[in-house]
Amino acid sequence: MLRYLSGRLGQSLILLFIVSLIGFFVLSLAPGGPLSQFALSPGMTQEQMDRVAEQMGLNRPIIVQYFDWLTSMLAGDWGTSYRDQQPVLTIIADHLFATMLLMGTATAIAVTVGTTVGIWSAVRRGSVFDYTTTVLAMVALSIPTFWFGLIAIYIFSLELGWLPAGNMYTVGDGSIGDYAVHLILPALVLALVDVAVWSRYMRTATLNVINQDFVRTARAKGLPNRRILFKHIVGNALVPMITLAGLQLPVVLGGALVTETVFTWPGMGRLFLDSLGYSDYPVVMGLLMASAMLVLIGNLAADLIVAVVDPRVRLS
Amino acid sequence: MTMTANAPARRAPRIKSRAVRRFMQHKLAMLGLVMIVTLALACFVGPYLLAFDELFIDLRARFAPPFTGGHIFGTDPLGRDIAARLFHAGQVSMTVGFAAMIMSTCIGSVVGVLSGYYGGAVSAVLMRIVDAFLSFPSVFLLLALAAFIQPGPAMITVIIAATSWMEVARIVQAEVKTLRDQDFVQAARMLGLSGRWIMFRELLPNAIGPIIVAATLTVARAILLEAYISFLGYGIQPPLPSWGNMLNGAQQYLQSAPWLAIVPGLAITIAVAGFNFVGDGLRDALDSRSEAR
Repeated sequence: MLRYLSGRLGQSLILLFIVSLIGFFVLSLAPGGPLSQFALSPGMTQEQMDRVAEQMGLNRPIIVQYFDWLTSMLAGDWGTSYRDQQPVLTIIADHLFATMLLMGTATAIAVTVGTTVGIWSAVRRGSVFDYTTTVLAMVALSIPTFWFGLIAIYIFSLELGWLPAGNMYTVGDGSIGDYAVHLILPALVLALVDVAVWSRYMRTATLNVINQDFVRTARAKGLPNRRILFKHIVGNALVPMITLAGLQLPVVLGGALVTETVFTWPGMGRLFLDSLGYSDYPVVMGLLMASAMLVLIGNLAADLIVAVVDPRVRLS
Repeated sequence: MTMTANAPARRAPRIKSRAVRRFMQHKLAMLGLVMIVTLALACFVGPYLLAFDELFIDLRARFAPPFTGGHIFGTDPLGRDIAARLFHAGQVSMTVGFAAMIMSTCIGSVVGVLSGYYGGAVSAVLMRIVDAFLSFPSVFLLLALAAFIQPGPAMITVIIAATSWMEVARIVQAEVKTLRDQDFVQAARMLGLSGRWIMFRELLPNAIGPIIVAATLTVARAILLEAYISFLGYGIQPPLPSWGNMLNGAQQYLQSAPWLAIVPGLAITIAVAGFNFVGDGLRDALDSRSEAR
C-alpha cells in the first residue's frame, strides 16, 4: 500500500514538473511575452524597455529564468500581480472559495442525478427511458455551456424573474439564503455536461457488473432484487466512478471558468480572464499552475480512495 | 488452391460493407449526418440566396426581430442581417473545426504510433507529456495561448489543435500497442521493412477505425472550443464572423433582443450534436465488439 502510494505521488510530482515546463515556456515564448504589458504604455522607449527587462531579470537565458521562477515558487513566492502589486498566491486564495463552492455544488448535483439515471437506464436497458436519456445526454454534451448559461439567464432571471442573473451575493445582504439563491442557476448550468457524462459512465459501469458471476450467485442465493442492485451491483459499479471524478476535474474546472464569466461569479475563472485582459502575466501563470495542481491532487485523491475501497488495486 | 488465395481478398470488402450497413442502420448517426449536411449546405450555399450581404450595415433596421423586413433571423445592433452573418460564420467555424481536427489527428497519430511502437523510455516520455497536457483545463491553456498570439483564423486553428491532440494520441498508442506483437508485424519485421514503414504503412492503417471515431468527435470539440474563445473575445476577430463572436455582444441585449443569443447558439448546438451523433454511430459501426452489445 505504502509503495503504491509513494509511486503515485512520485508520478504526480514528475507530471507537475512537466506541467510547469509547458506552462512557463508557452507563456514566455509567446510573442510579446511578459513584457507586452509595458510595451503598451505610451512614450515607452526601447531603452526603458531594456531597463525593465533587466530589473525583472527577463534578459537572462530562459532556462535560468525558469529555474529561478521554479525555486521561488517552491518556496511559496509566486510573484506579485502587475495590476495591484499583491502576492499572486493571496489573490488566488481569495478566489478559490467561490470556484470550489460552484464546482462542489455542481458535482454533487451531477453525481446524484447522473448515477441514478445511469443505474436506471442500465437496469432497464433498451427501454424508452434508456434511449431517451442516451439521446438527451448527447445533446447536453453538445450545448455550449456559456450559451446554456445565457439562455438560463434569459428564461429564469429576465423573463420569469425567479433567480438573480449573476454575482455571488446581493451587496448588503450576504445571508446563506442569499448565497443559495445566487448559486442555483450557475451550479445547474455547470452541472448539465457533468450529469450527461456521469450518467453515461454509470450506465456502462453498471452493465459491466450486472452480468458478472457474483451477481448471478447472489440471484441464485435468492437475495431480494433490491439488495442485489444496491449492495452488489451499485457498490461495485461506483468504484470506477471515483476515478472518473478525478479525470473529470479539468473539464469541470474549464466549465467553471466559462460559467463564472457568464454569471459574473467571483472565482478563479473570472480572475483568469481579467488577468488575461490586463496581461497580468504572473497571475495567469499562477492560475495555470494552480489549476493543474488542483487536477493532479484530485486525481491522486481519487486513486487513494480507490486503493482504500478496492482491495484488487491495493494488492496488485 | 485458388479458393484459399481468394478468400482473404474477398473478405475485406465484406467487413467494410458490414460496417457501412451498421452505420446506415444507426438512426441517431443518420440524423446527425442530415443535421451536418443541412447546416453545411445552408452555410456554403445559403449566402447566395439571401438578399443581404453579411457586412451590409443598415442603422435604420437595427434590432429587427426575426421574420421582419425580409430578415429571417432578424438583425444585430448595427442592422446587419443575422442570417447572412450566421451562414458566413458557419463557414468560418466549420472550417476552423475541420482544419483543427486534421491537424490534431495528425499530431496525435504520430505521437501515439511512436509511443506504441517503440514503447519503453520513448513511450514513457511521450505519454507523460500527454498526461501533462491533459492536466490543464483545456480552456485555460487555450485562452492563455490565444491572449498572447496574433488572433487570426489560422493561428486559432493551430492553438485549438495544440490543445486537443491528446485523446487521439492515447487511443492510437493503446491500439498500436496491441497490434505491435501480431504476426503481420513480425512478418514485416522479418522482411526487413523499416520502422517507419511498419509504423505508418502497417500499424496506423490498422488503427484507422478508432482514429476516425476520435477525429469526428474532435471536430465537435474544436467547434465548441472556437465558440468559447471567440465568445470571450480571444478567438476569431470581427468583422470576420464566427458563431462564437456573434454571441460576444449578445449578453447585454439579452432582454431586448434575445434572438441575438438564441440563433447562433442553436447553430453551434446543431453542428456539435451532429458530429457527436455521427461519431457515436461510427463507434458502434466500426467496433466489432459492439455487435455483442
